[in-house]
Amino acid sequence: MSPVYALVDCNNFYVSCERVFNPKLEGRPVIVLSNNDGCAIARSNETKALGIKMGEPAFQIRNLIKSHGIQVYSSNYTLYGDMSQRVMQTLSQFTPDIEIYSIDEAFLDLSGFTHYDLTNYGRRIRSTIKRWTGIPVSIGIAETKTLAKIANRIAKKSKKAAGVLDLTDSPFRDKALEITDVADVWGIGRQYARFLRMNGINTALQLRDTDDALIKNKMGVVGTRILQELRGVSCYSLEHCPPRKKEITVSRSFKLPIESPDELKEAIAAYASRGSEKLRQEHSAAGVLMVFLMTNRFEKRFYIKFEAVRLPVATSDSSELIRYAHDGLRKIYRKGLKYKKAGVMFHELVSEDRIQTSLFDPINRQRSKILMKTLDAVNTSIGSGSLKYAAEGLRNNSRWRTVFRKRSPSYTTNWNQLLKVS
Amino acid sequence: MKIKKTINGCQLNRRMIKASEINAVYYPDPSTEYELPLFMVSVPAGFPSPAEDYIEGKLDLNKHLIKHPAATFFVRVTGDSMINAGIHPGDILIVDRSLDPADKKVVIAVVDGELTVKRIRMIQDKIVLMPENANYEPLRIKEEMSFEIWGVVTNVIHSL
Repeated sequence: MSPVYALVDCNNFYVSCERVFNPKLEGRPVIVLSNNDGCAIARSNETKALGIKMGEPAFQIRNLIKSHGIQVYSSNYTLYGDMSQRVMQTLSQFTPDIEIYSIDEAFLDLSGFTHYDLTNYGRRIRSTIKRWTGIPVSIGIAETKTLAKIANRIAKKSKKAAGVLDLTDSPFRDKALEITDVADVWGIGRQYARFLRMNGINTALQLRDTDDALIKNKMGVVGTRILQELRGVSCYSLEHCPPRKKEITVSRSFKLPIESPDELKEAIAAYASRGSEKLRQEHSAAGVLMVFLMTNRFEKRFYIKFEAVRLPVATSDSSELIRYAHDGLRKIYRKGLKYKKAGVMFHELVSEDRIQTSLFDPINRQRSKILMKTLDAVNTSIGSGSLKYAAEGLRNNSRWRTVFRKRSPSYTTNWNQLLKVS
Repeated sequence: MKIKKTINGCQLNRRMIKASEINAVYYPDPSTEYELPLFMVSVPAGFPSPAEDYIEGKLDLNKHLIKHPAATFFVRVTGDSMINAGIHPGDILIVDRSLDPADKKVVIAVVDGELTVKRIRMIQDKIVLMPENANYEPLRIKEEMSFEIWGVVTNVIHSL
């Protein structure tokens, strides 16, 4: 029996999340902007119809925003993360075999469901997700993950499919591959797409029927697998447990370049502190901390420098990590440069119950643990950033701080920001 | 909560209010549980509790109030149109989107893009949103209105 996979993908996910809590946005053009309100990272269909592209800088579309009354939102990852969990949790009642592929996509293994009408089952999944969470999804079903991706793209666009397309034993399979651009095939990057086009391969159908040798020569075993998958032979199964994180990075681009060491210190402290929070969420501790600074890469004097600090005892204590991050910063800071981006990374993560202690450790680890627990509890209950280290700076308008001018409330994770109903 | 390890009355009380577990409330997630044991017996150290064999389970308010965590949302009431149903301004409603909006249920509805909490009535095949306060008029849903049920209200959290 050949396997069956479904790819469930949330439509315009960030925009859909905003619409659940603000029904007035229904039917109107909406965009969600990236960090610092830089560029469009999610667009409603109405916005797409206006010709606004993914990643388009906000300042370039200022006039369109005005003339068409486009509703603009800063990204609210707290909300999107919570809504994503709800979608995934709802999906998992339809099959135990689920791979969460990204914040808004999941693969389901439907191999055991072939006695069902898969299109109908897909419709049931779709309407349940919409009803329970308010999020519209599209579903593509096929014998391989690569084909399921293709089915999904068409399900999303075709009026006739109405959100669900099953390509298993389908007479439309060749047609579906024919209307799919080769660049849109899962695993084909921009460079491979260029290579394929140079060889006259423009559609997924042409790629499927290409001679194996040509592909293997250029793209190796990954390429052969793509061919197999397009032919309906499954090479990729579900990946169930995401591997434990190997590293944690917190870095940001500044809206305006920063020269002053004091501002950089604040930024680095804030990133170290945020990273420590992430470590504690994962019940991990870091063995190595890395700090980096970089200037604008388009400038003549491009400067980028990393500094790694090995920690005497692996830790997730914010104050300790801020201190080491500042040590690192001092080593790489050069006066007179305009920095565009900075960040803190944690490597050699270990589980918090497997920390190798040191005989001469001057730090009271038990006390630090209780303090961190309290810190996290306060911040989760009354809002992230409520309690922070003075080193992170107290002004909310510092230049290094990421700007979210039009962020919606954290409707689902903060008691003070719940949806209001009269 | 890790009460399961030590069921010991005195210690339990302290554990209940530990700050790190406060976050369990505001997010309908049953994996973080607020549990109250059915028995609270303090036991002299080293002696097994005579009640030990009788502990049957724990009362979890999340499980009691939230049947479908993924579909459950909390919303804040701002008006007094439902005051006679025991829904006051400032109260928090528990809303389950997975439930069927049957006649006489209290629901969150979206009328022409506006969210409102009302009791839904089916009167002669027509939908009417009923306030529970004499100062407000019932709202008959007409065909030209955009209308949708957002979710069904299952409980009110009202502070005294």
